[in-house]
Amino acid sequence: MFAEFGHFALVTAFAIAICQSVIPLYGYFTQQDTLIATAKPLALLQGFALAVSFAVLMHGFLVHDFSISYVANNSNLYLPWYFRLSAVWGAHEGSLLLWALILAVWGVAVSLFSRGIPDEMASLVLSVLGMIGIGFIAFMLFTSNPFERLLPFAPANGQDLNPLLQDPGLIFHPPMLYMGYVGLSVAYAFAMAALIAGRLDATWARWSRPWTTIAWSFLTFGIALGSWWAYYELGWGGWWFWDPVENASLIPWLVATALMHSLAVTEKRGLFRSWTVLLAIAAFSLSLLGTFLVRSGVLTSVHAFANDPERGVFILGFLIVVIGGSLTLYAIRAAAVSEPGRFGWLSRESWLLFNNLILTVMAISVLLGTLYPLLVDSLGGGKVSVGPPFFNAVFVPLTAILVSFMVFGPLTSWQQMKDTRQYRPLIVAGLVSVIAGLVWPTQMLGAYSIASALGTVLALWLALGTVIDIRQRILEYGSVRVMSRKVGAGFFGMWTAHIGVAVTIFGVAMVENHTEHRDLRMGPGDVQALGPYEVRFIQLEKIQGPNYVADRVTFEVWEGTRLYQAVMPEKRLYNASQMVMTEAAIDPGFTRDLYIALGEPLGDGDWAVRLSIKPFVDWIWAGSFLMGFGGIVAITDRRYRRVRARKAALLEDRVAPA
Amino acid sequence: MNPKRKQRLLIILGMVFGLGIAVGLVMYALSQNINLFFTPTQIATGTAPDDQFIRVGGMVREGSMTRDPSSLQVAFDVTDFDHNVRVTYTGILPDLFREGQGVVVQGRVHNGLFAATEVLAKHDENYMPPEVTEALKQSGQLDKIMGRN
Repeated sequence: MFAEFGHFALVTAFAIAICQSVIPLYGYFTQQDTLIATAKPLALLQGFALAVSFAVLMHGFLVHDFSISYVANNSNLYLPWYFRLSAVWGAHEGSLLLWALILAVWGVAVSLFSRGIPDEMASLVLSVLGMIGIGFIAFMLFTSNPFERLLPFAPANGQDLNPLLQDPGLIFHPPMLYMGYVGLSVAYAFAMAALIAGRLDATWARWSRPWTTIAWSFLTFGIALGSWWAYYELGWGGWWFWDPVENASLIPWLVATALMHSLAVTEKRGLFRSWTVLLAIAAFSLSLLGTFLVRSGVLTSVHAFANDPERGVFILGFLIVVIGGSLTLYAIRAAAVSEPGRFGWLSRESWLLFNNLILTVMAISVLLGTLYPLLVDSLGGGKVSVGPPFFNAVFVPLTAILVSFMVFGPLTSWQQMKDTRQYRPLIVAGLVSVIAGLVWPTQMLGAYSIASALGTVLALWLALGTVIDIRQRILEYGSVRVMSRKVGAGFFGMWTAHIGVAVTIFGVAMVENHTEHRDLRMGPGDVQALGPYEVRFIQLEKIQGPNYVADRVTFEVWEGTRLYQAVMPEKRLYNASQMVMTEAAIDPGFTRDLYIALGEPLGDGDWAVRLSIKPFVDWIWAGSFLMGFGGIVAITDRRYRRVRARKAALLEDRVAPA
Repeated sequence: MNPKRKQRLLIILGMVFGLGIAVGLVMYALSQNINLFFTPTQIATGTAPDDQFIRVGGMVREGSMTRDPSSLQVAFDVTDFDHNVRVTYTGILPDLFREGQGVVVQGRVHNGLFAATEVLAKHDENYMPPEVTEALKQSGQLDKIMGRN
């Protein structure tokens, strides 16, 4: 009976979502405060109902309730408990439930942390979130119910979780990514609410900013975790494949990055309002499009799982309603939006405008590259695919331009830059970076490469530029203490994130141009050189895991006459699914990763072996972490809290005389 | 025209112009970087171009795989059950690569042999790459596979 309880909770959540979207909206238009006030409690209730539903499914996994079809398909008696928990979101139905739950959690967060925002505004936001909730819960109830039973013939054991997903990376990657994807719905809901209420102003931008930034941070963490997981679990040491599913997360990320920067202009200067709204609509619509691409199976992808086209049709319909509806509302309302004030051509506004232009072009290129095969196929042009060379050709030059904006932008004043002498240290830093870029690649393994030099120049210039910006601020305010009090957490967040971009660019440039990589045939006793090391094949043994058997090879890595380390990559055969999986052995390091993986047995005790040295590969994820962390730093800014404090003071004033 | 309007117009024109150029360049880059897909039959009958980077999808024919005893070189047939293409590859095969399973290979045809630079098999054993489904549909052999699974 327990699973039915979860299903019931889901139906209840559906009903609540309908109330949450209709009642406050009706209250808003008829000016009834009691109806407006229902939004927050309804959002809390919806969160509770979905949490119950989610907990029931999790319980099903923990107690091996194989009468639930979803559990039977994705779990097994021998699956360790922590993977049984993460298996809840290991496949389609459960990941949708997680999606809906996270959406509801964002709703709960909005109702708890929106005290600085007028009630009618918050209720409009929650109403829009409720509408999105209706879409997703309906999707689950009608096409992909996670509580469907296999009765009366429940299997004695499950089919096991896809072995690729039996990994700690999968415990965190989807929830993080979804927090980001779904978090963009809050930015979207704020934009919609502002359009409905007809108040697209600086206040709206200030309310919307922390929500956008935190969603962006989660998205950054989610993408980075996914890339890291791909690196050690499935990618044979690659960290990004320009795979449609990866692109599906990168496109909203690029647009959300543009949105964050455009919101800054809207808040500080009241400009770019229409553009900001469009970006908010685009960011969320693109994350829905991402879901459609991942879940419908229309694209060939390494991530593609067996899919059901009907589900794709549902999401596509939902997507059309969301985009069509919001653009219609935009068309009706945006005409009334006036843009106050002007700005000079050499101003922070201009730099941010061009930054937005570049980020948008990046997003459009990735989108075109991802959808092009679909387009050609639907026009009868046959099956084609677009490879990494396209994306690299587009991304490298655009990144170079973007970095120069990131160097000059923060040091430029709003409205009009009067004194361009401030740019001089940046130009000196640029020259220093060019010299460093010419020299550095000669210090690395492999041939000299222009791309590596370019990456070095950009990374160093951006890092130096950021440091120069910090230094100028300190000089401006006299001391570090005064500066850190005056500029606010937003600047610290920006600096952290920009340094993060520099770190990631450097990691990418090094790994892509100086990786030493060899696929070899090796047997017991064989020795192979790998960069400064010697790798020896010591022995092969069979080991028994909880739900798999594995071949494990011990390699010794020697540095001259000294034994540096012994590593043990595995080749696993999972019992239930009979799937073969590679567990690479990675020795991580600050300046390089040592990566050893087993291919397949070749007979006579020989194995195909992949040996590589990946210079600075961990910098890619370290930099991404800095970016996401920068976002978290930025939202601690005092002014977001000050609004709340001021509002509280206002309330007290009002209460006191009564 | 007041200066505010003028600035706005300039910005919009600039953006449209910039986006136009960007999209043009992107489309050009796309046309240079697409990989066409062919079926084994198209290659066997010579419809596919020689020495051009293409993709081929089909099933790995049972019992067709041979290995070089001293290196990582392998060869196998990709079939749509009408025609076979002999594929050579040097390197590590993906974990899900197996005889009798669907596969997509990328590379070039030379003298009737397909030299693959990349072999793709998928995450999920129940999943059939759309290219493979397409190839089998064209050769009218799709039922053979669907019946078996």
